[in-house]
Amino acid sequence: MSDPAMLIQVKKLVKKYRMGDVEVSALRGVDLNVQKGEFIAIVGPSGSGKSTLFYILGGLSSASSGTVLIDGRDLTQMSDSERTAIRRELVGFVFQRYNLLPTLSATDNIAMAQYLAGKKHETDGWFKQTLDLLGIGHRLGHKPRSLSGGEQQRVAIARAIVNHPALLLADEPTGNLDSENSEIVLKLLRDLNERLGQTILMITHNPEAAAYAHRIVHMRDGRIVEHP
Amino acid sequence: MINKLVIENLKHRWVRTSLSAAAVGVQVTMILTLVGVSYGTLEDMARRSRGVGADILIRPPGSSIISLSSAPMPQKLLDFVRQIPHVTIATGTAVHAIGGTNSVTGVDLNEFSRMSGGFKFLSGGPFQGPDDVIVDEYWARQNKLKVGAQTRFLNKTWRVCGIVEPGKLARLFLPLPLVQELSANTGKISMVYVKLDDQANLPTVLAGLKKSLPEHQIYSIEEYSSLISVNNVPGLKPFIGVVIGVSIVVGFLVVFLSMYTAVLERTREIGILKSLGATPQMILGILVRETVALAIVGSIAGILLTYLTRWAIMQYVPGNLTQVIVPDWWPVATLISLTGSLTGALYPGWKAARQDAIEALSYE
Ligand SMILES: Nc1ncnc2c1ncn2[C@@H]1O[C@H](COP(=O)(O)OP(=O)(O)O)[C@@H](O)[C@H]1O
Ligand SMILES: [Mg+2]
Repeated sequence: MSDPAMLIQVKKLVKKYRMGDVEVSALRGVDLNVQKGEFIAIVGPSGSGKSTLFYILGGLSSASSGTVLIDGRDLTQMSDSERTAIRRELVGFVFQRYNLLPTLSATDNIAMAQYLAGKKHETDGWFKQTLDLLGIGHRLGHKPRSLSGGEQQRVAIARAIVNHPALLLADEPTGNLDSENSEIVLKLLRDLNERLGQTILMITHNPEAAAYAHRIVHMRDGRIVEHP
Repeated sequence: MINKLVIENLKHRWVRTSLSAAAVGVQVTMILTLVGVSYGTLEDMARRSRGVGADILIRPPGSSIISLSSAPMPQKLLDFVRQIPHVTIATGTAVHAIGGTNSVTGVDLNEFSRMSGGFKFLSGGPFQGPDDVIVDEYWARQNKLKVGAQTRFLNKTWRVCGIVEPGKLARLFLPLPLVQELSANTGKISMVYVKLDDQANLPTVLAGLKKSLPEHQIYSIEEYSSLISVNNVPGLKPFIGVVIGVSIVVGFLVVFLSMYTAVLERTREIGILKSLGATPQMILGILVRETVALAIVGSIAGILLTYLTRWAIMQYVPGNLTQVIVPDWWPVATLISLTGSLTGALYPGWKAARQDAIEALSYE
């Protein structure tokens, strides 16, 4: 059942949120396969379950039913602490609101991700190359509040990929950026995908952003649909 | 790395950090000052007893170590003591309370001088008139007295005739007969100090005295000063216990509030850390480290503050209180502040550790 070329195999994924007595179905049976090295854009109206799908893929949230295989491992069968390990080792998150730790400098934000993954903070080789690629090498000593939105997002991307995750999940990474910075970030993501073979799933509202991806997946009412 | 985050977090909300540390520090100071004053004041009492230069002390039957006894022993006792072999001097004193914990001591200046080697007068000299009082330097400093100054106690105005170096018997002195009269105890004394020809005869004389005066309390001066201790002051130990208890509770509340608001304020950061794969134990660990840092910094500040309280006591109330610095108690007080603080961090830490990362990340 697990295909080695497939990084992600999602089958009949259902997620229900309980709010008091009311149950909200955020995902109503999602099937999705992602190959290693793909760059996929996920689009759909607000509330269609895109973020919920990301949280489950990233091990931040548990599924109500269905299976989610990442690298052949079923997340739905995992305990909380196993999913925590998945977040450390297999995925990197990029959020619309950057979500850098405000009290730490850019370098330390990146180093924190390495520390949590049990890795040493190394500043040579791959690390330097990546920072050059991201164009933030000269801004690393600054705290997030003295960085522009575009710079913060690039630091967040560096943090997300520093542990070489199998999967990069970007939830509206350009949602808070102007068109110029959006373009920088989108080009970066494409570069990461093309040069480093990074598998990327990106949620976006913006058709121009979605155009950077190899493939566009549409979501509506908790399902993946063929046509928008 | 975690330590860096902890320090940055504390620096980031430095006002709250310093206030919490100060609150913890005040608790520590409170404990250390109370303990230091207890030990210091008692040690000073013991030192003053030793400063008399006597070898043996006789107290009335049924009196407690610390209490201000009035004068229930007949002065004739002195004649009996004086004829015991090896006794070179025996002198009696009478103590009369003058309000608060203060008292005035009646002495026979001649006998007392022979026994103690005499007062060392810093200014002035012995009694001259009927209204003369001798005070020690601490009492003079506390009450801003100089030689010739007038001071009132026992409904009477007295003239300071001499100021002496502290460390001998008491702080205020009047002639013995005057105190006996004032306390309506003519012919009675409250303490007998005995000096021997040779220390070697101490055990023999002690045993003899105990035999012939079985009702009285008879001590060697060393024994007596060692009895002046925290354990023998009724209520002091429980009082220290209560202060420690209050400290723990206040430390708990302060840290609880500080950490609780810190956790609420940092909902998003905790979510970020979780999205990066931090375990609940790590989140709890961060809070615990912040708390330990607060408690340690607070304790150090509290310890330093005790030097200030000691200075203030020496400056303003040296006649009533003496504070010593008690390094033995530093780890104890630090442990007490840690206990209160860590208990206070428990619930906020637990709340942070089990916080839902998604809710935190979508929290606007
Ligand atoms: N923590 C939650 N509790 C309850 N309902 C939620 C929660 N998160 C999302 N939902 C609901 O689930 C649905 C999908 O939300 P979401 O995955 O955020 O959609 P999208 O990212 O596509 O806007 C929405 O109806 C939303 O209200
Ligand atoms: Mg969303």
